[in-house]
Amino acid sequence: MADGQQAIERITEKYSEAVRGTGSFRDQHWVEIDPEHLVEICSWLREDPVNSYDLLLDVTAIHWPDDTQPMQMVYHLYSSKHNDRLRLKARTGETGPVPTLSDIWKAADWNERETYDMFGIEFDGHPDLRRILMPDEYTDFPLRKEFPLYRG
Amino acid sequence: MSTDHSFDRNPDHPDIVTINMGPSHPATHGVLRLVLKLDGERVTDCVPHLGYLHRGMEKIAENRTYLQFIPYTDRMDYLSPLCANVGFTLAVEELLGVEVPARCQAIRVICAELARIGSHQLWLGTHALDLGAGTVFFHTFKDREWHYDLVEDLTGARLTTSFTRVGGVMHDVEKDWLKRLREFVDATPSRVDAYESLLTSNSIWLKRTQGVGCISGDTAIEYGMTGPALRAAGVGYDVRKARPYSGYENYDFEVPVGTEGDIYDRYLVRLEEMRQSARILDQVLRNLPDGPVNIDDPKIFLPPKKKVLTKMEELIHQFMIVTEGFECPAGEVYHSTEVPKGELGFYIVSTGGRSPYRLRIRSPSFNNVATLPHMIEGGLIADVIASIASLDPVMGEVDR
Repeated sequence: MADGQQAIERITEKYSEAVRGTGSFRDQHWVEIDPEHLVEICSWLREDPVNSYDLLLDVTAIHWPDDTQPMQMVYHLYSSKHNDRLRLKARTGETGPVPTLSDIWKAADWNERETYDMFGIEFDGHPDLRRILMPDEYTDFPLRKEFPLYRG
Repeated sequence: MSTDHSFDRNPDHPDIVTINMGPSHPATHGVLRLVLKLDGERVTDCVPHLGYLHRGMEKIAENRTYLQFIPYTDRMDYLSPLCANVGFTLAVEELLGVEVPARCQAIRVICAELARIGSHQLWLGTHALDLGAGTVFFHTFKDREWHYDLVEDLTGARLTTSFTRVGGVMHDVEKDWLKRLREFVDATPSRVDAYESLLTSNSIWLKRTQGVGCISGDTAIEYGMTGPALRAAGVGYDVRKARPYSGYENYDFEVPVGTEGDIYDRYLVRLEEMRQSARILDQVLRNLPDGPVNIDDPKIFLPPKKKVLTKMEELIHQFMIVTEGFECPAGEVYHSTEVPKGELGFYIVSTGGRSPYRLRIRSPSFNNVATLPHMIEGGLIADVIASIASLDPVMGEVDR
């Protein structure tokens, strides 16, 4: 079973203008979309019965400091109805912003807070965007690549 | 959930008192801190505060080889470290594209199910103790020692097991150990019956747990809840069934599902899971495959010590794997396993090389704890304790 393949075909068909790229590794497929269309596509992915991605497994980011859009959001979705996983990606600048998905899945609330805490990405429309793991008065974003792995 | 985090009394609502619970509190099961707003005995508002056990594991992983990260997985869910060991190595193996021999898969199933029973025993003992039923605690902790003796004899440690390796496990299981595991497995169903006889129809237990801390299946899944707490709400999602790994498709077992989504159903689901784990262990013990345990790839798997001390090539391989690790291809995988708390996922992004470029840990407890305000708000303060315990959160895994 190739995870996400059919859903990605459906996304490419319906939202061709929003798709920035697709790919796969070890039969796990991903699609990169324009963050402007993120909320629209995600609502459709959750509500439409052919998709039914009811479980937002994970929200995180990857920092690619050499790229023009260094922050890559990564969302893992799961459909309990179709037993299918889907990986969505979206590129953004150093501090975002990215629209929040917490109106679609409540799971996004804390996971986006963690992404903000670790990477400094802002989420537009988030109900309570503050640090979750690090202390409130902390000023750095530890999972960014310029943050040292150890102090020499 | 409000965004007002002040402890000052609100002049418009002078009866509302803000209290702080935790992070060092015997009933928060670790360093969970809740700020509660109370109107008499009723909780009007609950704000969880996390991070007291944050060690930056995802950052640390970027500076470690894949093998060096295994001991860190012990320290996530420290009540079932073997499950996390298995989950992480499976994710790395998926990235590498290797599959371990059947005997190794079976040994890993033994590890995971043994850890599941031990974790549920601790949950039940402490959960009952929180609600004043002290007797159960002595039963489950006595049996949990038995489980820990087995874990210790298998891995050399009670907690910091680090038993799995990429491409295998630390060593094969011994016949004598399997015999002792058999005794444990055979005794487990009757031990679970004994726990049940103390609680299932105990009227105090029923009053404290039935209809308390409810969450519906739809709400639970919206919050990203997984594991026994989700199944108690009627959603039968179990990674072992939905997306079998390590040969789980070969075993006959049922996934218990509740109806009410209250604390009592979570209790019943976990009890049945212990029986089902014993059932899986019974089948593994009956049909433990023979053959090699570890993959035969000297670039990934450590050679046997005896050969390291006598042969040149093995010595070189040992040196390279220990000092520098092994190369992984560029790519990204998400692999998840069903641990006692829910779905534990590892998302590894590799750009080639010997360490992950990014390792994301999808922790089940983190998402489960996010449902606490929903469960607690509007309820009584005494039920806060019951609700926390019923989620079985482990802060090592929440904060990572």
